[in-house]
This record gives sequence, C-alpha cells and structure tokens, in this order.
Amino acid sequence: MRYLPLTPDDRKAMLAKIGARDIDALFRDVPKSAVVSRAAFDLPDTKGELDVERALSHMAAKNVAAGSVPFFCGAGAYRHHVPAAVDHLIQRSEFLTSYTPYQPEIAQGTLQYLFEFQTQVALITGMEVANASLYDGSTATLEAVLMAQRITRRPKAILSGGLHPHYAETVETVAGLSGTVRRAPVTPGKAEDIASLIDDQTACVVVQSPDVFGLIRDLKPVADAAHAKGALLIAVVTEIVSLGLLEPPGAQGADIVAAEGQSIGVGLNFGGPYVGLFATREKFVRQMPGRLSGETVDAAGKRGYVLTLSTREQHIRREKATSNICTNSGLCCLAFTIHLSLLGEEGFTRLARLNHARASRLADRLTKVKGVSLVTPNFFNEFTIGMPRDAQGVADALADRGIVAGVRASRLMPHEPAVKNMLIVAATETNTDEDIDAFGKALAEVLS
Amino acid sequence: MTLNTQGRPSAAGTAEIRELPTISGDRGLDHEEPLIFELGRKGVTGVDLPETQVSQDRLGGQKRKAPIGLPGLSEPEVIRHYVRLSRMNYAIDSGLYPLGSCTMKHNPRLNEKMARLPGFADVHPLQPQKTIQGALELISELMRWLTVLTGMPAVAMSPKAGAHGELCGMLTIRAALEARGDRRKRVLVPSSAHGTNPATAAMAGFTVDEVPPKGDGHVDDEALKAKLGPDVAAIMLTNPNTCGLFEPHIKEMADAVHKAGGYFYCDGANFNAIAGRVRPGDLGVDAMHINLHKTFSTPHGGGGPGAGPVVLSKALAPFAPLPLLVHDEKGFRLIEDRGDLPEGAKPFGRMCAFHGQMGMFVRALAYMLSHGADGIRQASEDAVLSANYILASLKDVMSAPFGEGPCMHEALFDDTFLEETGVTTLDFAKAMIDEGYHPMTMYFPLVVHGAMLIEPTESESKESLDRFIHVLRTMAEEAKAGRTARFEGAPHLAPRRRLDETRAARAPVLRWKPKGLPHAAE
Repeated sequence: MRYLPLTPDDRKAMLAKIGARDIDALFRDVPKSAVVSRAAFDLPDTKGELDVERALSHMAAKNVAAGSVPFFCGAGAYRHHVPAAVDHLIQRSEFLTSYTPYQPEIAQGTLQYLFEFQTQVALITGMEVANASLYDGSTATLEAVLMAQRITRRPKAILSGGLHPHYAETVETVAGLSGTVRRAPVTPGKAEDIASLIDDQTACVVVQSPDVFGLIRDLKPVADAAHAKGALLIAVVTEIVSLGLLEPPGAQGADIVAAEGQSIGVGLNFGGPYVGLFATREKFVRQMPGRLSGETVDAAGKRGYVLTLSTREQHIRREKATSNICTNSGLCCLAFTIHLSLLGEEGFTRLARLNHARASRLADRLTKVKGVSLVTPNFFNEFTIGMPRDAQGVADALADRGIVAGVRASRLMPHEPAVKNMLIVAATETNTDEDIDAFGKALAEVLS
Repeated sequence: MTLNTQGRPSAAGTAEIRELPTISGDRGLDHEEPLIFELGRKGVTGVDLPETQVSQDRLGGQKRKAPIGLPGLSEPEVIRHYVRLSRMNYAIDSGLYPLGSCTMKHNPRLNEKMARLPGFADVHPLQPQKTIQGALELISELMRWLTVLTGMPAVAMSPKAGAHGELCGMLTIRAALEARGDRRKRVLVPSSAHGTNPATAAMAGFTVDEVPPKGDGHVDDEALKAKLGPDVAAIMLTNPNTCGLFEPHIKEMADAVHKAGGYFYCDGANFNAIAGRVRPGDLGVDAMHINLHKTFSTPHGGGGPGAGPVVLSKALAPFAPLPLLVHDEKGFRLIEDRGDLPEGAKPFGRMCAFHGQMGMFVRALAYMLSHGADGIRQASEDAVLSANYILASLKDVMSAPFGEGPCMHEALFDDTFLEETGVTTLDFAKAMIDEGYHPMTMYFPLVVHGAMLIEPTESESKESLDRFIHVLRTMAEEAKAGRTARFEGAPHLAPRRRLDETRAARAPVLRWKPKGLPHAAE
C-alpha cells in the first residue's frame, strides 16, 4: 500500500525488538470476542490512484457545478471568484499539514496569519477584537448567544424572523436547553417590531443583515432598544462581502458579530468546510469562545505570536470552559486572509460595488417579467422576488432549462405559507449580462 | 584555494562560522516578515475588477461611511508574504510529528485533487437536489464505510469537528432520555479524558462527575460502576484511552451503564489504533465521533477544518439531527424539515447550517478507497507496531509509567527519568525542536506527571523511527549525565526562542492597530 512505508521485514524486526510473537500480541487487551477478521468488513481492498480517481470523478460528474450554468443561489453561501494564488498558497505543505500551533517557536507562520485574520475581521466588522475562527456562521451565532447568556446572566434570546432558518434551528438546539429562544415573526421585505419583544430577562437580540431575504436592516434602533433593557445586540452577517459597501455592525451598536466568511477565499464546497467569523468588544474578550493569537516577544526580544487567554478553553478549564471547541477552521482562515489581502481596501470595496451593481441589474431584469415583484426594496447582492405561482415549480422548470435560479424560500421555511411563491436570488461578480438575460427570458417563459 | 575557470573561488573555505548580525535582519533562507498591515499602501490591489457605476444604490441609507483600513498589495507581494510565513512552520510533510492524541499521519495529495473537482467543490448546499445526486451518493458511500468499519447501524454526518461530534452524540443521548421521560443529569468522565469531553457534557446541559484512574493507566472500572445510578445519563470514555491503552474491561463497563439505564459515549479520537480490527459496535458503544482529520487523514491545516461524524447505536439512531439522507427509487434525498420525516425519526434538532463538511468527506472517502479495508487494518497495525517499537526502544532510558505491557498507537512517558537533572518535560520537548523534530504532546494526559505522549502513526519508515529513537535516547542520556546546556532555554535554532506567554495573557494584544492608537488593556 503506497502510503505505508514499513516492509514485512521491518515489521518482523520491530516485533523482535518489542519481544512480541506477532501483531496480535500487541492487541492482547482487546477482548477476544471483539477482535474481528478482514472478512467481517464488507468493503473492497486497496485501490491505486487511478481507480480511486475514476470512482470519485464519476460521482462528481453527476452534479451540476455552479460554474457550468447561469447560477443564482445564495441564502447563506455565495459563489465568488477566488484568485488562483489563494488555493496555491493554502496547499503549501507548511500550512496544509501542520497542527494547531501549540509550539509557537515552530508555528509562527500559522500564529501570524491568525493574528492578521483577527485584525481583518475586526476591521471589516467595525469591532474591537475577533477570534481565530469558529466552524461556520451558524455555529458562530450559537456561540454568540451562549456568550450573551453568560455575560448578562439572563436566559432569553430573541431571534429576528429574518435570521437564516438553519441558523435559528442551530441556536434553538443548544441555547434552548438552559435558556429560552423566541423567534420573532417572519416578515419578508420588512423589519419586524423586535423591540417590543425585549424584556428584563432578555440576554440578546439576534438580527441578520442583510437578512435571509436579502433585506438590509437598520441595526441602530435595535441596538438602542436592546441596550435600554440591558440586553446585547448580536449582528449576523452571512454575506461578508456586503461589508465592503455597508455600514459595519460595530458602527451600529452591535456587541457581538457572528458571520460566515465563506464568500472570501473558501468556495461553495456543498456547505462545508466554511469559516465562522466572531468579533466583539474588548471588554467581553474573556467570555469569548475559540482560540486567540496574541502578540508577545521571545527570549531574545523578537516580536512573535502565541495562542493566548487559553484559560477560557476546554483543554485548561474543562467543564467550565467558554466553549467545547477545539479544532476550528484554520486553513479556511488562511484562505480568507490571503484573498482579503489580495483584494485590499480598493479591491474589497470595488468587489462589493460590483456585486450590488450585478444584483441591481438582475432585479431590474426580473421585475420586467409579468407578474414578478420585488419583495425586498433594499438589498446588497441578494433579493427576493414574489411570483404568481409556487416557487418550487418555477425553480424546477428553470433547472430543466439549465438555470439554477436561486433558493425557494419554502425550502428554508416550509411552515410559512406566505413565502410559498417567493424565490431568494443572489447575483455576484461571477454572473455575466448573458446569465442575467437568460434568467429573465427563461423566467418569462416559465411564468407565461 | 581552488579557483574555477572564471577565477571565482569554488571551495567551501574554512571560515569560522560566526553569529554575525546581518544588515537586513534576515539570515540566509530565514526571513523576518512584518505584518501584512505594515506592508502595502493605498490604491494598490492584487485583484483586477471592473469599476461599476450604480446611478442610485438600493442600500436603504446603510452605506458605509468610513474607510475600512485594509492595506493594498499587489499579487507578488502577497505571495511573498505568505510564502515567507509558511517557512516558519513545522509540518508533517517536512518531518516526524509525534503529537500524541493528534494522529499526524501522511495527507495524500490525491485527496486534495479529488476535493477540488468542480462537481464537489463548486456545488451549492441549496441547489435543487436533482442537480447534486453525485454529492449525496458520495456522502451515502462514506456513511456506509463508517458504519461498516464501526459496526454501528447509523451515522450523523453534519458535525464539523471532533468536539462538535461529541456535542451531537451527547444531545442524541439527551433526546433519547427525554423521549422516555427521563431527566438524568450526571455524566461520568475519567480524569484522563480530553478537555473537550467535560466541556461538551456541560454544554449539553449535563453535570460532570470525574472517575479516577487505576495505577495501571486504565480507568478504574470498579469506581465507575460504583458511581452508576438512576441519575447517570452516560459515561464518556476514550478507547483506546489517552494513556495509549485499550480498556480491557470496556464491555463490562458498557454493560453496567446500560443496566443502570444510561448510555455509553465513546471518544473516537484514537480510532486509528483499531480501525479495521475492532468494531466499537461490538464493545457496547452507543455513540462515537470519528475525527476524519485524524484517522482518515484529512489535513489539520494549522488547526482545522475537521469533520466529526457520529456513529449511533440502534437505541440512539432515531434521534440523529437534521438533515437526514434517504435513498429510494427516486434517488438520494436530503430531509431538512420535521414535516417530512421518515417513520420513526425523531431528530433532536440541527447542529449547523447545511449538511456537514463535504470537502472533508471527499478526502476521507478517497483515503478509504485507496486503503481498502485491508489497508486500513494494516495502517492500524503499523501505527500500533511503531508506537510499541518506540516504547520498547526508549523505556530503559526514559520512564514509561505503564510500560510493562504493550501500548496501542501511542507511547506514554513521564518525567521520572528527568528527576534531579534540572531538566523539565518542557525543556526536553523544546530541545527536540533543535534536533529537527516537532515535540510530542506534553503535560497530557493529566494523570501522569510531566507526561510525554508520542504517536508516530503508520506513516514513518523504520529508518525514520530509528533515527528518532537515537535522538531521544541520546537526549535522555545527556540529561542524566548532567550535560544540560542543550535543554536550557531551548529551542536555540528555531525561528523564535521561547515566547513570553505570561506577557501575552496579561496585557492581550489581539490585533494590529495603526500607530498612535492605544490598546485598551494598556
């Protein structure tokens, strides 16, 4: 087997050194009844590279790759162009095949990029500090709620109806165990009255902007209402490119920002791995979950970086830790950091403008189709359209015409009859004028 | 002096090597590298994008008012920056990485190539299901491998790493208890457990009760049984355990907890010792996460991403979280909502958005297909053999607290052999860096003093193991002989000397700031 360097002679010599009769002798603590033979596994034998490549390529070919068709899906994952340099750099052995940087003297590469990542996340969200990532946007949102419950010592989390339903379910699953989670009503294209739900038991209000329908929310009044009652505002961002053009949550009074960083550097990957961004105010840093890279000096006085404030973490604090997280999203942080470094201020803001322009053009084109209305008056690169028919049938008919038209709202909210005819549509720099025209034409045909 | 035809000296010369300070601050191939924020300038970018004009934006008055403050760099500058950073890292590809508990095995490049096929990498989690049948087929095939290898009937695929898998398993147990109207709260966790175990139990709303070890490195099975009662929800055991030993009384403990009405959660971090030889399902396990980034070689990437699918027993399978994957005559289908459940399914909730770590699934399946069941069995045997070879070759000069018998895939030493040398476990580990090795896991597990846990994995040749053994033997002998200069303040030859962790924690500097802006903690 090509990955195993030991030869039969090596194995014999090693067993002799150990003083073991055979390999079974090393497994002597395993109960006899639990030792099984090769035949117990109904699985194939070793395969060469070519055979494995053939089998997996065959499966891959059964999927419609986003880049092969006019493609407009968003709703928490966005198709963006990732510069070639990003994937090349993250495949360098020294990044790809290193462990968590527990030995800082020989892990400065990782620790420094994490420090840069933390700085970038803090800058674009307008917050004071950020951690070295969580798994994804949804788990970051859950961690933010748990952190708010710890800080305020209050049980209740109020989730906006515009929060991505998968995120809301992720929060409910865990934060609902020791506290209560209340979901505000779903109001497509409008901000719900969330302020009236806040009471003196409320730990936090969770608002996504742009929300799951694409609507840009004004966070400032929600922040003020939350703070007036001693609660925290958690701002959720699923499309991080939006912060190249929109006012950052930090400038609107957010106490914690939980975001999905997938749009920068990571790619679609059918939902994972992604990268959870997590930022907050400096005064809350000791309640933060996840790893932190911090600046220090070495014995010779040179600047360097270490994992720090570890007394928050499970390997030190065990059941009293701020979270159980260990493995995070390291290599996706690196991809994010490299892509954002390539973009810089100029590129990132231009990318955001380009996305908004593409989406505006698409919205203008689709609303020219008879019977189609724009549900979200304001948006960044994603919006929702209302149609005279069930969106599922329309999306399927468009898929048959080779257009992946977006995400029907009813897939995410099957119990909201009001969204049955709505389609959530995203456009990015990857969508050409031809894609947009093809979508418009096909939609007109399907609806006629 | 030898001269070549151009008159240029070609011999190496005999010049004394001196620690001359260089003009640049760099030293040959070792470059110092500033932060990206200290490089670059305004108006430069490494990505060419067209400028667009929107006559009237539709941002609802929420347009950004202030600049962000990101530096501008061209592509060559960015590439040089990150290449230089990469060279300050140790990696499996450059040397033996004997981190116990972490399974730093070879990461095959075929897996990287497969994960980048557009049919896997460039598909959206919410595109119509008929356009992603191959992706669902891959997940289904990986589920088959995982259930067959573990002898368990079901698997939840969405957890994003080991600790997330633990949480999934413990929430499944909680749901199963609640379904029978039982509100048990106590979870038994050995003191040798990974920190994630007690942290997870607490996160799932349980209280943690520690079980002591026996003097032989095994969990005290009698103490564990004595702690069982009608309020015990589960035991969380690692097997093989964190001392590198298989728990011989594992089935008795499983039977006892089942008899007491609780469940058996197994931490699968050490599955690499037994995959292909022992099925956790035969040991009475109810739930176990599998670190695809350990046993099945998906790269650690400097700390992640991982993937932590959880295999479940028949008793727990109905409570697996959404989404569920089903296969019928119409093909593969993801069930994402409670309104659409197959018979008997009672999902406890959802672990995360979408369906799990697809990129890791592709890599893990590529590993499995490459090895086959025979290769996976051979890999486990080689991992155990290599750890025992290290144990046998070092236990006369280092101290192995449980070294009388064989170990599994990792060899545990303590610091008894360093007594009265003035050298600590930390010094010993850091001196390994100067010898070109990544240190072993140190000061874990907590149940032995000054622990050094060595996991060589199956990826090392005998020559590589012999060289490693020679270096560690010599280091141990040097320490005992009082020749301790190499240990004092080690490492001496790494990109950095020891770093001041106290300073980092006392006045945390967690981000770069432009000059003139104070850090709040200062």
